[in-house]
Amino acid sequence: MDDVLLDIRGLRVEFPTRRGTLVALDDISLALQPGEILGMVGESGAGKSLTGASVIGLLEPPGRVAAGEIRFDGQRIDDLSQEQMRQLRGKEIGAIFQDPLTSLNPMHRIGKQLVETIRTHLPVSEAEARKQAIDMLREVGIPAPEQRIDSYPHEFSGGMRQRVVIALALCTGPKLIVADEPTTALDVSTQAQIIALLRRLCKDKGMAVILITHDMGVVAEIADRVAVLYAGRLAEIGPVREVVQNPQHPYTKGLMASIPVPGRRVEWLPQIPGSMPRLSEIPHGCAFSARCEFAHDQCRAKRPPMQQNENGNLSACWLSVLEQAETGGRHD
Amino acid sequence: MFLKLINRLFQALMTMIFVGLVSFLLFNFVGDPISNMVGQETSVEDRDALREKLGLNDPFLAQFARFGSNAVSGNFGISYALQRPVSTLIAERMPATLELVATSAVVAIVLGVLLGVYTGINRHSWISKTIMPLSLIGVSLPTFVIGILLIYIFSVTLGWLPSFGRGEVTQIGGWSTNFLTIGGLKALILPSTTLALFQMALIMRLVRSEMLEVLRTDYIKFARARGLAPRVVHFGHALRNTLVPVITIIGLNIGSLIAFSIITETVFQWPGMGLLFIQSVTFGDIPVMAAYLVLIAAMFVFINVVVDILYLIADPRLRGRG
Ligand SMILES: Nc1ncnc2c1ncn2[C@@H]1O[C@H](COP(=O)(O)OP(=O)(O)O)[C@@H](O)[C@H]1O
Ligand SMILES: [Mg+2]
Repeated sequence: MDDVLLDIRGLRVEFPTRRGTLVALDDISLALQPGEILGMVGESGAGKSLTGASVIGLLEPPGRVAAGEIRFDGQRIDDLSQEQMRQLRGKEIGAIFQDPLTSLNPMHRIGKQLVETIRTHLPVSEAEARKQAIDMLREVGIPAPEQRIDSYPHEFSGGMRQRVVIALALCTGPKLIVADEPTTALDVSTQAQIIALLRRLCKDKGMAVILITHDMGVVAEIADRVAVLYAGRLAEIGPVREVVQNPQHPYTKGLMASIPVPGRRVEWLPQIPGSMPRLSEIPHGCAFSARCEFAHDQCRAKRPPMQQNENGNLSACWLSVLEQAETGGRHD
Repeated sequence: MFLKLINRLFQALMTMIFVGLVSFLLFNFVGDPISNMVGQETSVEDRDALREKLGLNDPFLAQFARFGSNAVSGNFGISYALQRPVSTLIAERMPATLELVATSAVVAIVLGVLLGVYTGINRHSWISKTIMPLSLIGVSLPTFVIGILLIYIFSVTLGWLPSFGRGEVTQIGGWSTNFLTIGGLKALILPSTTLALFQMALIMRLVRSEMLEVLRTDYIKFARARGLAPRVVHFGHALRNTLVPVITIIGLNIGSLIAFSIITETVFQWPGMGLLFIQSVTFGDIPVMAAYLVLIAAMFVFINVVVDILYLIADPRLRGRG
């Protein structure tokens, strides 16, 4: 399947500040096929949410797309007018945010919020929209949706509210969902339910998902591919099995080593020493070079290009580049 | 929800009884009511007879009960200074004050909320950048300074508007109104502007900061992510969530409009209850003062009850919890 639903090329997001321009996303390129789940991981501040916000066209000023382009369904969307983008957002591209307790307007019944979303994007009557809303609530697993539709958000538990949020994101039948840490605020058992629900809905409806999370376990469970972000740059992207079992980038290796493995008791999980640089202090060359145990002079001088290995795994590291050059040399 | 209301009404009643007590004490024990009523030449016997007739020798509680039942039926005795029933005086003066306060309240609320919403949404427009400093002047200048300034500009210099009095009024039943004649309306402009300006600036700043706060919340971000039109996001979702604090402030402020109207009425010689009260203070006219006190308290209590009911309407989270 070669058709591409979402195509991000060379995306660069900047924040102009008094002390110069901060480059929050630098040369991000990735693509999603219809129905595909892409996990997006990285430390807090790596630029995951900004990538999501760029896709749904909700970057908060003064943040702006400074270079690159975003194509959705063949159409360029990063240069649409606000009004055009609004019509796309919520209809073709849905979004789910982190905290279900605060994502719903406390003043309105959930039915009203569903109906207004449906009627904003689809030409249906109030009664028809309400019917669709009830169906949607049933689909996300709200018991007795005919009655619950007239409840206020505060009358639901956290897990139930996240289901309502999912219903709101899905009620117009979008082709893509950007889910920004949809389970981080929930307790563990609810997390598993919500993840299972997302996967089922996504498969049923052939919907693509960008699943932003810092939980590698969640990614390993439901993602088809995974993108690893570091300091606003793409460190590695590839099929989830490849990235988990055979990570190329030293940063990804460090991330994988720090995942607790169920059943294996360890005293201590290895952590990558140091912390991610602030946007104003990203080193020359590879952004990870200051923390990387394999770093050499070239890493500090020049930014590594994205390099694909034989398993379809793209990573940005001079070591892989050199390795490939060696093996490539042998073949010649 | 029902229990909550009952509880509120009970509190309101207790407040009124307390205010009644204070004003009763004022009435009976500040100075001697008898010597306030009769002339120097009245004999001691006559004074005692009058004291007995007015029931001033009765036990304290009996007197208070009588005062209470009189007050409830609107009877506050005779004004010392004007020798007319206090209830008649108040009834004559009430329309002037209520019309002034109501006009100011409507102007302050409507303009305050509109400007607050506008400056909250369009934070960086030049209009907002002009209005904000002006509103700061609005909240920091004392009412009488604003009044005098307006009189100087619009009455003295330009000669467009009258500087004092109610101007032309029309009688409808027992109510005298400014609203039906051009002259009456013109006379209303300066005092109501003076009274409204401070409240308007205050409401505007409050609505603006509440809007800014609400616009940062997750549910607004999510409403945008659902692709709702900006109008729906701003008015259907954001403004609605600013209502509870705004209702609180507006409730309190209508109370202070009534209080500040004393100053405005004095500056503009507006023949309302405030002016009556100031005159009664200079004359030591206790019955008028007591009546004014009870009446103002009743209005405050009434506004508070209305505010509580509005809360319940405005915020579904407050309903259905005992
Ligand atoms: N309004 C802003 N002004 C300046 N920098 C910002 C702003 N919003 C986000 N950033 C920066 O962008 C980077 C990426 O943020 P984000 O995408 O939220 O990270 P995360 O991966 O945790 O979701 C962070 O370093 C953050 O400091
Ligand atoms: Mg984030």
